[in-house]
This record gives sequence, structure tokens and C-alpha cells, in this order.
Amino acid sequence: MAAINRDDVAHLARLAHIEMSAEELDRMAGELAVIVDAVKSVSEAAGDGVPATSHPIPLSNVFREDVVGHTFTAEQALSGAPDSDADRFKVPAILDED
Amino acid sequence: MTETNSTELIRLSAAQLAAKLAAREVTAVEVTQAHLDRIAAVDGGERGVNAFLHVNTEEALAVAAEVDAIRAAGGQAAEELHELAGVPIAVKDLIVTIGQPTTAGSKILEGWHSPYDATVVKKLRAAKMPILGKTNLDEFAMGSSTEHSAFGPTRNPWDLDRIPGGSGGGSAAAVAAFEAPLALGTDTGGSIRQPGAVTGTVGVKPTYGGVSRYGAIAMASSLDQIGPVSRTVLDSALLQQVIGGHDPHDSTSLPDPLGDLVAAARLGNVDGMKIGIIKELHGEGYQAGVENRFNESLELLKEAGAEIVEVSCPNFQYALGAYYLIMPSEASSNLAKFDGVRYGLRVLPEEPPLTIERVMGATRAAGFGDEVKRRIILGTYALSAGYYDAYYGSAQKVRTLIQHDFDAAFEKADVLISPTAPTTAFKLGEKLDDPLAMYLNDVATIPANMAGVPGLSLPGGLADEDGLPVGIQLLAPAREDARLYRVGAVLESLLEAKWGGPLLDKAPELASPVVEHVETFETQEAK
Repeated sequence: MAAINRDDVAHLARLAHIEMSAEELDRMAGELAVIVDAVKSVSEAAGDGVPATSHPIPLSNVFREDVVGHTFTAEQALSGAPDSDADRFKVPAILDED
Repeated sequence: MTETNSTELIRLSAAQLAAKLAAREVTAVEVTQAHLDRIAAVDGGERGVNAFLHVNTEEALAVAAEVDAIRAAGGQAAEELHELAGVPIAVKDLIVTIGQPTTAGSKILEGWHSPYDATVVKKLRAAKMPILGKTNLDEFAMGSSTEHSAFGPTRNPWDLDRIPGGSGGGSAAAVAAFEAPLALGTDTGGSIRQPGAVTGTVGVKPTYGGVSRYGAIAMASSLDQIGPVSRTVLDSALLQQVIGGHDPHDSTSLPDPLGDLVAAARLGNVDGMKIGIIKELHGEGYQAGVENRFNESLELLKEAGAEIVEVSCPNFQYALGAYYLIMPSEASSNLAKFDGVRYGLRVLPEEPPLTIERVMGATRAAGFGDEVKRRIILGTYALSAGYYDAYYGSAQKVRTLIQHDFDAAFEKADVLISPTAPTTAFKLGEKLDDPLAMYLNDVATIPANMAGVPGLSLPGGLADEDGLPVGIQLLAPAREDARLYRVGAVLESLLEAKWGGPLLDKAPELASPVVEHVETFETQEAK
């Protein structure tokens, strides 16, 4: 498995919406390389025949009655928002200007 | 009405406080005030414990006064009071509460107030347990030392220059420093049990689904579990009984109750039980003093009639690696919601264009600390196309192997035993620059989360070389939490008989920085 490098970290940071300075990318790439190296043995631990576990205690078909339960008022839902307008979350432009 | 002064009150267990309250020997207001006074005395200041991020004085005293009024009036309402009514509790600041801020130890949520209560908080309110405040933690519960809190580290009451464990160092330190008899924690890879071990307190990670996670800010949803923190095994049983049970708001919540945990803690008998030593979870890599205390506990259990057997869990060697793929993967997804739109911090980029994407990037850059960023990047990597099968997919297979190891071990033993953490509390700052060394603290606690089985840590004594607390971990099959309380209570009583009292009696007295400061100040004013 390939090691993680600075370009990978820059790409992943963009995907994860975290701005990173050049210094931060350098440091993070070094730290993550060590961690990835330490965990890579996992890929060789289990053979093809081993099923994957996504939840430790499987419960299947968890249903509830199709009735309206508790809902927040617009005021409650917006109570922690950095910006809002007329019962809506307000955000800067979604599309780039150019 | 009372002969017990507040210094004695804070040293009582929750069960003892409950008995005194029921007998009307003390009032809930006196009990709550005694703990608030203790918090004021030892928590703040430069050398304070810093277990609390928020102290909930007014509401806690109001709930206590309500309990006292109900008791004083008598009748049916008094009879229907919960056993723990009036016994105060601290809540880890990862768990949302109406009326108090919830920060998750992060700048990105600083000042945020939840519009709803977590299910466990609702249950505390229904039991009329005064909530003393919110406790410090590693940011979003990511860490083993509480040093990753955006609001400064918590200090270990045994040695103020040492870590209290993490992520729930605030809850463990609050209980160890007699600032609260009980606390709530959350445990994703050991965040209740490891702080318990290094502070000489009791912490329990219940069976996955045994306690609702609704309202615990999610780190890794398939691993996270809320559980009790206390000074005695019985107190944790009492608290788990309050917070446990099915919750329709959490689809992973177990439909059936876990049995009478309090009765199990009161049973006091391990005769004929098989207790399995996990070969892979002691010995090499474990501090000598930890190993000594572990062996001592085994001897005591043997003398009490338990049969000690050895079991092997060969796939545990991959548990840490698999955990550090699954946990960041789930965390990277769970933390995507902190984007500067719906709650918390919003930071605008310094230069145009001012698009939402760039606002998210700037907000998350400023709002998250290093460890959170590391885990988000690692998780995004493990989940990305081309790597998914090799990383996340393989880790999920390892999870199956770990479950098989547990299944085989529980064929041979009723309960498994190991040290909770490989070392005692290390110095603040010692491992901060070495993420991998920090991760190794959780090597013995992670397997339980991977398999969803319950685990309990209790004080096992002090290490010979440094005089710091050592934790003993007990593990039981899923849904068999009662076994942990049964064995834990027996081991606790045997150890306390050996020590001549609770381990925390040996902890150093904490100075009272705030109170001393106030007195000095008043003296100067008077002059």
C-alpha cells in the first residue's frame, strides 16, 4: 500500500473542507505517514472469506410507527445558527462568482 | 438537622448519600452546595483540577431544593422519589443539555446551546439528580489525556502535573477530586475506562446499545457508548440502572433491559466463576507496577473462590490498527456537520471570493484542533476510492475476527480480566507531539468497543515505582453487564480490605486556590 504524501494530504484536506497552511500540510503529512504505516498490517490480517462487521451488535429492521414525533420549531432550529434570515439558515454565495 | 459537615459529605459515595437523604439526615441542598463549594475550592486557578467547563450552580440548587420540598411534604410524591434523587452528578461536555452550553471541548461549538436534552440527561432530570455542570474532555472525545481540549487540560488529582486520562479526564478527575460523587462519560476506545484507571476511580462502558446515545455528539457511531463514572462499583451500577434501557430515538439501542445491575453489585460472590486472563493484554509493554497490581488482583480473586484460566485472543494485535481506521472513518463523516452553517462558529476567509465552500474551509481550519484534523484527514483517506477495501474494508473484517476471539474466550471464562491501561498517568505534555504513542494508551480498552462487549475499570492499587493508581479491567459478553458488577464489587471489597479503606483515601489533599485567593483579597480590601 502506498504511503501518504503531502499532495495526498492537500487533496484530502480540500475534500474535507479544512484549509491548511503549507506548514500544517508538511507537519500533517509526516504525522499521518507514521500512523498509516502503523495501521497497514490490518489489510493483511483477514482473508477473503472473513465477513465484515459494521455494527457490533446487529439489530435488523428497526421500525417505528409512521407518526409525526417531536420536531423543532424554526426558532429552536435556528437558535445556534451563525446567521439566519426569515426562518432560514443564511449562507454566503453557494456558487463561485466566475 | 445535620451532624455531617460538608468535607465529610463530599467523601461519601452516591449510595451513602442516597441513604442519608432518604433518612433525612442531610438535605439535597446541603449535599449539592457541598460539592459546588468543593468545585469552587479546587477546580479553578492556575493549579486547579480544571475538570469543569461549566458549573450549573443555579439549576443544580433548584433541583436539590425541589427534592427537599418533596421529601419534607411527604406522602406519595416523596415515596415515589427515585433512590438517587438529590444526589448530584457531573456530565461530560460531549452530551447535550438544555440550559447549559455544550462545547465538546471544541472552539467550533464554543457558546452553543443545544435545543434538546440527551436521553440520558432526560433520565437524570426524571430522577431529580442535580446536574453540577459539564466536564472537560479531549476535543470531540479524541484523545487519551484531555490535553486536546480547546479549553486547557484537566489535571490529575493524584499529581497535578500529570494527565487524568482521556477523553473523559474531566469526569474522572471531578469524581476523584470529590467534586462530584458521580459523572457521565462516553467511551469510544476507552474514554471512560482509561481515565478511571489513571485517577483511581470506577468507570464502565456498558454493552453497545445498553444506554441510549441520543444526544451524545457522535465521534464513531458504531463504537461510542455512554456510561457511568463513580468512586465505587455499586455507584456505577446505580447510575447505569438510571441511564440504561431502550430509547426509540436511538435505533441501535437494545430492545431488552440488561437485568438488575444493582443486585449483581450487591451479590458479593465469585465462588466457582471462571475468570480468564487475556494472554495478549498483559506482560510485554505493560509497566512493572501495573503488572504487579494485576497479579495481586488475580490472587485475591483466586482466594475468593474464582477459577483463573488463561485465554488467547490472537487477533487483538490488529485491534489498535483497525480501530484507527474505523474510528477516523466514522468521525470524518460525523464531523462533516460542523460547517459553519447551522450552529457554532463561522469564520470568513481573509480574501475573496466569499463562497460557502471557502467559509467552510476557513471555519473548520479555525474551529478544529490538530488531533481532530488528523483524524478527519485519516478517515477521509481510509474511505477514499481505491483505498476503501484495503483500509476500512479490512478493518471491518478484523472486527469480525476480534468478535470471534471474544466468543472463543467466553467459552472458557465467564469474565475476562486485564490491566485497563499499560501505564500509570504520564506527565502533561509528555506524549502530545507523538500521536502514535498516545494511541497506545488504549491498547487494552479498544477490543471491547470493537466487539460491543461491556467493560469495567476499577482501582487496583498504586504502582510501586511511582505511587500512581493502576486500573483493573473486567470484560463480559454482550448484554452480561451484570457479571462485571458482580465480580467488580467482590474485587473492590477484597482490595479495600487489604488497603484498609478506599484507594482515594491515599490521594494527596488538594490545595484550595480559589478560596485562599478570595480570603487574601478580602483581607487586603479590609486593610
